[in-house]
Amino acid sequence: MNLTLLIGLPLLTALLVLLARSSHQVKWIALVGSVLQLALAFGLYFAFRQQRVIDPASQMLFEQNHPLFESLHINYHLGVDGISVAMILLTSFVVTAGVLVSFSQQNMTKEFYFLLLLLALGAYGFFISLDLFVLFFFLEISVIPKYLLIGIWGSGKKEYSANKLALMLMGGSALILVGILGLYFTGGHDFDLINLSKASLSGPAQKILFPFLFAGFGVFTALFPFHTWVPDGHSSAPTAGSMFLAGISMKLGGYGCLRVAIYLLPEGARQYADIIIVLSAIAILYGALVTMMQKDLKYINAYSSISHVGFSLLAMGMLTQTAITGALLQMVSHGLMTALFFAVIGMIYDRTHTRNVDELGGLMKVMPFISTVFFIAGLCSLGLPGFSGFVAEMTVFVGSWQNNDPFHRIATIAATLSIVVTAVYILRAAGRTVMGPINNHSFEELTDAAWNERLAAILLISGIIAIGVAPGWLNDLLKPAAEIIMNRIDGK
Amino acid sequence: MTQPGLYHILLISAVLFFTGVYGFLTRRNLITMLMSIELILNSVNLNFIAFNKYLWPEAMDGLFFVLFIIAIAAAEAAVAIAIIINLYRSHHSIDVEQAEDLKY
Amino acid sequence: MPNATLIALILLLPLAGFVLLGLFGRKYFRNSAGLIATLLLFAAAAIALYTAYEYFFVYGRTGGVYQKFYPLQFTWLEFSKGLSIDMGLLIDPISVMMLVIVTFVSLMVHIYSLGYMKGETRFSTYYAFLGLFTFSMLGLVVSSNIFQMYIFWELVGVSSFLLIGYYYDKPSAVAACKKAFIVTRFADLGFLIGILVLSYCSGSLDFATLTERLTSPGTMAYGNALSYSFLGVSAITWGTALVFIGGAGKSAMFPLHIWLPDAMEGPTPVSALIHAATMVVAGVYLVARLFPVFALTTPRVLELVVWVGVVSAVIAALIACTQTDIKRVLAYSTMSQIGFMMFALGNAGYGGAQGMGFTASLFHLTTHAMFKALLFLGAGTLIHFVHSNEIRDMGGLRKQLPITHLTFLVACLAIAGIPPFAGFFSKEEILFSLYSRNRLVYWIALFTSGLTAFYMFRLYFRIFWNKPPTRKDSHGHPEGGLAMTAPLILLALGSAGAGFIPFGSLVSTDGKAIESSISPLFSLAPVALGLTGIVLAGWLYRIQNDRPARLASSFKGFYRACYHKFYIDEVYLFITKKVIFNAIGRPAAWFDRNVADGLVNFTGSAALVISEKIKKIQSGRVQQYALYFLTGLLILAAFFIYVFVSQAGISDK
Repeated sequence: MNLTLLIGLPLLTALLVLLARSSHQVKWIALVGSVLQLALAFGLYFAFRQQRVIDPASQMLFEQNHPLFESLHINYHLGVDGISVAMILLTSFVVTAGVLVSFSQQNMTKEFYFLLLLLALGAYGFFISLDLFVLFFFLEISVIPKYLLIGIWGSGKKEYSANKLALMLMGGSALILVGILGLYFTGGHDFDLINLSKASLSGPAQKILFPFLFAGFGVFTALFPFHTWVPDGHSSAPTAGSMFLAGISMKLGGYGCLRVAIYLLPEGARQYADIIIVLSAIAILYGALVTMMQKDLKYINAYSSISHVGFSLLAMGMLTQTAITGALLQMVSHGLMTALFFAVIGMIYDRTHTRNVDELGGLMKVMPFISTVFFIAGLCSLGLPGFSGFVAEMTVFVGSWQNNDPFHRIATIAATLSIVVTAVYILRAAGRTVMGPINNHSFEELTDAAWNERLAAILLISGIIAIGVAPGWLNDLLKPAAEIIMNRIDGK
Repeated sequence: MTQPGLYHILLISAVLFFTGVYGFLTRRNLITMLMSIELILNSVNLNFIAFNKYLWPEAMDGLFFVLFIIAIAAAEAAVAIAIIINLYRSHHSIDVEQAEDLKY
Repeated sequence: MPNATLIALILLLPLAGFVLLGLFGRKYFRNSAGLIATLLLFAAAAIALYTAYEYFFVYGRTGGVYQKFYPLQFTWLEFSKGLSIDMGLLIDPISVMMLVIVTFVSLMVHIYSLGYMKGETRFSTYYAFLGLFTFSMLGLVVSSNIFQMYIFWELVGVSSFLLIGYYYDKPSAVAACKKAFIVTRFADLGFLIGILVLSYCSGSLDFATLTERLTSPGTMAYGNALSYSFLGVSAITWGTALVFIGGAGKSAMFPLHIWLPDAMEGPTPVSALIHAATMVVAGVYLVARLFPVFALTTPRVLELVVWVGVVSAVIAALIACTQTDIKRVLAYSTMSQIGFMMFALGNAGYGGAQGMGFTASLFHLTTHAMFKALLFLGAGTLIHFVHSNEIRDMGGLRKQLPITHLTFLVACLAIAGIPPFAGFFSKEEILFSLYSRNRLVYWIALFTSGLTAFYMFRLYFRIFWNKPPTRKDSHGHPEGGLAMTAPLILLALGSAGAGFIPFGSLVSTDGKAIESSISPLFSLAPVALGLTGIVLAGWLYRIQNDRPARLASSFKGFYRACYHKFYIDEVYLFITKKVIFNAIGRPAAWFDRNVADGLVNFTGSAALVISEKIKKIQSGRVQQYALYFLTGLLILAAFFIYVFVSQAGISDK
């Protein structure tokens, strides 16, 4: 399978969108393009499984390596392992759902879809690049569309949020760039991830570079205390924008933390693991507590994202193979779940024109489908078995518990405490929004979800349930890759 | 009376240079400032000639440089005067204090 | 050998009902939902009964010992080598017993709901939720892996949440379902950490391996489990204690009981199924499932179990005497009876006659399921008829609702422990097991069983006597037709006859039969006390008078404390509202907006302020720029001259 297809298809779709004549055409081109991406992602998954059986030894499959800029050793080097495949599947799910829910988008449709597809392009490229320079290039591609999406189509204090988000992410990028350049110069003038993983970097160099890379990618994935772009950015973004932000962009950071920072700098990771654990344990609990006080549905989900993403960072800090698998499971699970949550919040907002839980109520009566989806997203968020959140959280907990010392134990217990707080804020939000009596009579005329919204929700829910009911397939995909990372950390 | 040495000429050149600098910094009239720049350029020319003559009498590099500078100074003066004329058209003044639009 | 397909079918039939009705019920099965679900459950119950028969009487016993069977097991999620969540079926006496109880009570509730819930707009949703609950409960019961149990444990919790919140437009129901979920979730946190501890100690999540490794001294896991300690208590003790907290939450044990009375907001048949007969005994079942570990390795935790059970039984009985909402009285009575099961279980030892309490506890669980389900369904009929939960609005109903009256009486006699009804046998066995092992708890239990008789007959007399009986009305079926009366009658038969099951020979700690020979002389005290309670209740409540009020005022403060449930709810409210919300949540939110985000905004505004200050340099004056330029040039020149000179100086030397 040629991985360039994964970049080519969104690019082609984006260009076709630009050529389209009416907004109607734009939507359908985007939809067809994203469905093709979904099919391609599935194709990749099955091809990967087949190829894995044939070729169990090599770390990356479907590799291709072309020189881009020879004198600087920049190569167009692509390849996938289980982690990338899982992330690509996630991206394609979220992109398709995002395109579907944006069907009601009215103004500047062409530009809107173009930017969405550009963002998707950046994400796909990021997940398959094995050259740090190319990887960084795609990371940057995915930042600028966010700025425009929020600034143009957003709501509330959108200019402020867009600025904040773009500046903070750019700050993160700057740190990443420093880290990458550091790697380049200490690792023998090479950007290639695989080569760098074989080069032996000196301990002091790792200690210096690790914070740059981890904090840089950490900004993308809401590492405490660099998380403050999350609530404002998510709540100001249009629905599909929030879905992409939380579902895909935050995963770029998590993936980078693991694939670049921890994998390339294992000694640095060991050195800073405790700090990561402390920060993410704070993020988990603190995010959950802050969520409890929010009234705006989007803020609720944004803060809960901080808390949930904290789980995957915590697991990375735990440095055991199960925990790292858990971190990846959590990334996939959170991506699907939070995209679903934002989609359903968008549906509610489109109809009621408010996101304040105090002004909502009793939506179950008028919108049973949307309310059910809201419930499912909430239950997944609070880690109910049968949904993906449970699988991911339990893997994180079990993996974390394998560290046998009081510090790790206490951090794990602190993290488990959040499952109670999560239950509190989810039920509070659900209780005020979809349950209870209808307190605003204008709600009684509202309609339930349209076909495109139903389709988007069903798509994401099927992903969530597929992981929640039979987690084996995803676990099998992620575990060998996590093992390779773990072996490097253990110095094997 | 002996021939003037290198140091004498360098001294004159330095005086000329700082006169030019002083003029450039203190005059408000753009034409005068342009003349100050010519003074600076000429002080440089003088240096070239002097170094050429006293240190490497057999070479011609200094002379050629001077010729270049004179040519460039002429061109520069033409451009500068064109700018000044345009400035006068738009601002009705060639006072440099008036031409401070390109600020923060 | 057990048939895996058949046993799996017991679980899958209700699940099929849930999926079918949940997805398509609204559209296609609006009216037939009840029938479909009931038929599916009928099949499940029949298979369960058949399985029980086969197990207990055909293949289950080898050499006088009931064996454990694992007809099905597969890996669901592998964490690392040896540590995985396996899904499987575990067939042993207690799981088979629970299979029968759950399917039977659930079937009764399904049938009863055909009448009770008729005409509800979300009729199919109701049956879908019932199916989900039954599936989860059955899955919990047959779990072969502690994590599998946790999974179903959570599912049970959420289906309970969904059913309590069935009337979702009633704010009180919404509050109740949230409360139930959050309180049990808090307890589940303990369970989860307990699982982590136990699995770490034993290196396995399977019940069989886990139990074996943690109970056989000499193995490495056993040594580790005891040697590693935290706050002076060994890891394994922490583990089992935490697991017990999970059980206590689900079983509404003090101090995690506060959700149960509020959970009565759900439809009454649901209360019968979930909050009386099945889900709330999950805690007892959990302790029973891990009983070897509790009894052999951490007997100290069993003491905790005893005292939690005792406190719950006593305070619940006291509160039940003062409540006026029929369902709340029954809820507190449930809590009290589960307290009985808990302390009986906690008092037992492992093996032989030592394990008498274990058998007694599970026996009581069985009989309690019968008579408590019956009481709740009876209460449902009453509420259906009176349209009120308050016993003040009832009275003198014995003529209008004859079947309900009779069956309710049977249930009351059973719970009061009057021979030959079921409750008598199980309670007797509990008291007997206590008598020899813990005399203090025996006396408390005796007192509490007297109280039980009193408050149950208080209820009975207030509802069916107290006022002059009104003639039978002619309007339709006051008792809701056959769908509602048949389950009552069947359960009444169960409540009357379940005591004759030779329970000691079927269920015991080690699978061997125990002989229970209780002399009639021993039974004298409890029965006499029970009769006293009944007589006292009759004297106070059979006819309307001012004795109850006088009695209440003579107890004054104590009565008020009981009536207000010992103010435990208020304490919780204080902790959650005042402490967690206002003292932790609000400052955290403030901190985030003002400090964490403030830092970001500060960086932004600092950049603005500084650039505002330094932008003056860009004055637009050419001469000023030239001056800066010249200054810089001179500084550089001076610097280079200095360097040049100093280097020349070095090279000179």
